[in-house]
Amino acid sequence: MRDRGAPGDARLARDRERDGAADLTKSSGGSLFGKIWERHVVAELSDGAALLAIDRIFLHERTGAVALGSLAAAGRRVLDPRRAFCVMDHIVDTRPGRGDRTLMPGGQAFISETRRTALAAGLTLYDVNDPEQGIMHVISPELGIGLPGCTLVAPDSHTCTQGALGALAWGIGSSEAEHALATGTLRVRRPRSLRVNLTGRLAAGVTAKDLGLALIARHGAGGAKGCALEFAGEAVAALDMEARMTLCNLASEFSAMTALIAPDDVTLSYVQGRRHAPRADAWSKAAAHWRQLASDPGARFDEELTLDASTVEPMVSWGVSPAQSATVTGVVPGAAPQRPLAYMGLRPGQALRGLPVDAAFIGSCTNSRLSDLRRVAALLAGRHVARGVAAICVPGSSAVKRAAEAEGLDRIFRAAGFEWRESGCSMCFHAGGESFRPGSRVISSTNRNFEGRQGPGIRTHIASPETVAASAIAGSIADPRELVS
Amino acid sequence: MTPLTSITAVAVPLLLDNIDTDTIIPSREIRSTGKTGLAAGLFAGWRYQAPGGREPAPAFVLNQPRYARARILLAGGNFGCGSSREHAVWALGEHGIRVVIAPSFAPIFFGNCVRNGMLPAVLPAAAVHDLAQVIDADPQANPLTVDVRAQTVTLPTGRSWHFPLESEPKLMLLGGLDAIDLTLQMQQRIDAFLERDRLERPWIYLGTER
Ligand code: SF4
Repeated sequence: MRDRGAPGDARLARDRERDGAADLTKSSGGSLFGKIWERHVVAELSDGAALLAIDRIFLHERTGAVALGSLAAAGRRVLDPRRAFCVMDHIVDTRPGRGDRTLMPGGQAFISETRRTALAAGLTLYDVNDPEQGIMHVISPELGIGLPGCTLVAPDSHTCTQGALGALAWGIGSSEAEHALATGTLRVRRPRSLRVNLTGRLAAGVTAKDLGLALIARHGAGGAKGCALEFAGEAVAALDMEARMTLCNLASEFSAMTALIAPDDVTLSYVQGRRHAPRADAWSKAAAHWRQLASDPGARFDEELTLDASTVEPMVSWGVSPAQSATVTGVVPGAAPQRPLAYMGLRPGQALRGLPVDAAFIGSCTNSRLSDLRRVAALLAGRHVARGVAAICVPGSSAVKRAAEAEGLDRIFRAAGFEWRESGCSMCFHAGGESFRPGSRVISSTNRNFEGRQGPGIRTHIASPETVAASAIAGSIADPRELVS
Repeated sequence: MTPLTSITAVAVPLLLDNIDTDTIIPSREIRSTGKTGLAAGLFAGWRYQAPGGREPAPAFVLNQPRYARARILLAGGNFGCGSSREHAVWALGEHGIRVVIAPSFAPIFFGNCVRNGMLPAVLPAAAVHDLAQVIDADPQANPLTVDVRAQTVTLPTGRSWHFPLESEPKLMLLGGLDAIDLTLQMQQRIDAFLERDRLERPWIYLGTER
């Protein structure tokens, strides 16, 4: 463990005080996290806490109306509605031809209240059938709302997904959302820093999802202990933007406050040209700023972990926490605790591969972007899901859905026996509405396998989209590498 | 917000690790766009015999008369992980809980507690187990005293443990302070920041570019 508080961060702060406006391209010996933090400090509070400027706020219909309603009831207004966004993603119906009606009992009130309060407050709203609607962590990068170097908060624990852009993005509660909306700031305790060095390269058929699950399985669901986590190393540099989002998404399951990946060429070419991304002169200035955000060679971290990515194999969860995962060719550990096994209907030592599944789900902010759907379609082409398997694909955004359809992916999914849905969180989580057949064992590209996550009694196995596809075809948990070879 | 200085109350142990917010209040139990009406849904999946039902499951601790009027919850590590929903804290609060003691908390849940006048007290796992063991013998005869100012958890025998608490959450809890009011007192600092930042990072300020 190293000293807390990189000396370079303090130097950056001092320089800024001395010079007034800081040189945006100066290198500081600091970490990616430290540089973004320092830049956003409005005022220091006690104990290393700070009042941090918040650049972007994103709300959704599950909790948006609570925050906006409570804000209005207190007679407060949103400081800068042009930097606050809201989307209908969590409980919207994802069946074709949808409207405000949703399968969640009482869900319609959440949608209409969120719409009313968001519009009254002047937020940009991506409504149910807006062409730009989608899961917030998919559409925010897609639209250039989340940007490298920005602070972005949302009342959703997977907001850390957007740290893949090199942003400081984290999930907050409803009261903090109110605070951010009203003041444009948050009072934040400076988290400890953790760098996860991912060395080597992923083998063929192994994905960012497997990498994240392997990390969590090794160090536990509480392993990141509230740290700001930077993913670094050869394996990370080799990932495309969407795979980086998958990896950062899983930091929430690792109990990290947030995850970040340094902006590089991959990041910049992803961001350039997006709806709300800077253009022309502003682009050059922004790009120069973003390029100096990467952790400097001397950057210090409170803790470091290393994992050799080349040793990772396709992973699948066997229990009720993402940490309870094993390789797809592995078995339920002999020392596995009783309670999760009872819920999952498994025994110690039981092989995961070959376990019959009732349903397969492709979707969620972890794995529902275009690249995910392309890889799944490549496996599904010319094949069909096994008899009796309910297979569902929910694209991460309406834009992803359109792009997939333009490439004909929807036809491949449908021909293979998958339902092809409208975008949203859908059956990633159960809000009292739609679920799988009672008692179903589901192989799912989502991020959480908690008890009841996809419905009461539903047994969720989380895995990569490839593993979901291979298992859907086999009718039982399967190793995707066997499909390719 | 009601200030929390100290409290003496029955404690109820629920010593599983990784209890997530959907277990604390299942999404299906969140039926209105407000912060109230949530207590009945607290731990619904464990507390009732059937999903959506209200027939108590006798084995669940919150249903046992020996833990009646509990206002302190003892829990396992990484308590409150999963969904960021603040409803988990609102439901606990509405049920009467003012303090949760655990070896560690999920970061968002920790913040949500403080914002709602609920103390998340971190004690080592061994201490939580010791406490649970003493309490389990006779919960009503072994209430805990939690003192926010002194940062201590004390048994009736006088045996005591110290928990860490940074000054910001401590002040908020002791004063029952509203964070927004506190921050708005720094409006000038915020304005000064924005004025400078608009020049340095104009791309952040959407709708003002031209
Ligand atoms: S897709 Fe699932 S994990 Fe992601 S924001 Fe929606 S409900 Fe949460």
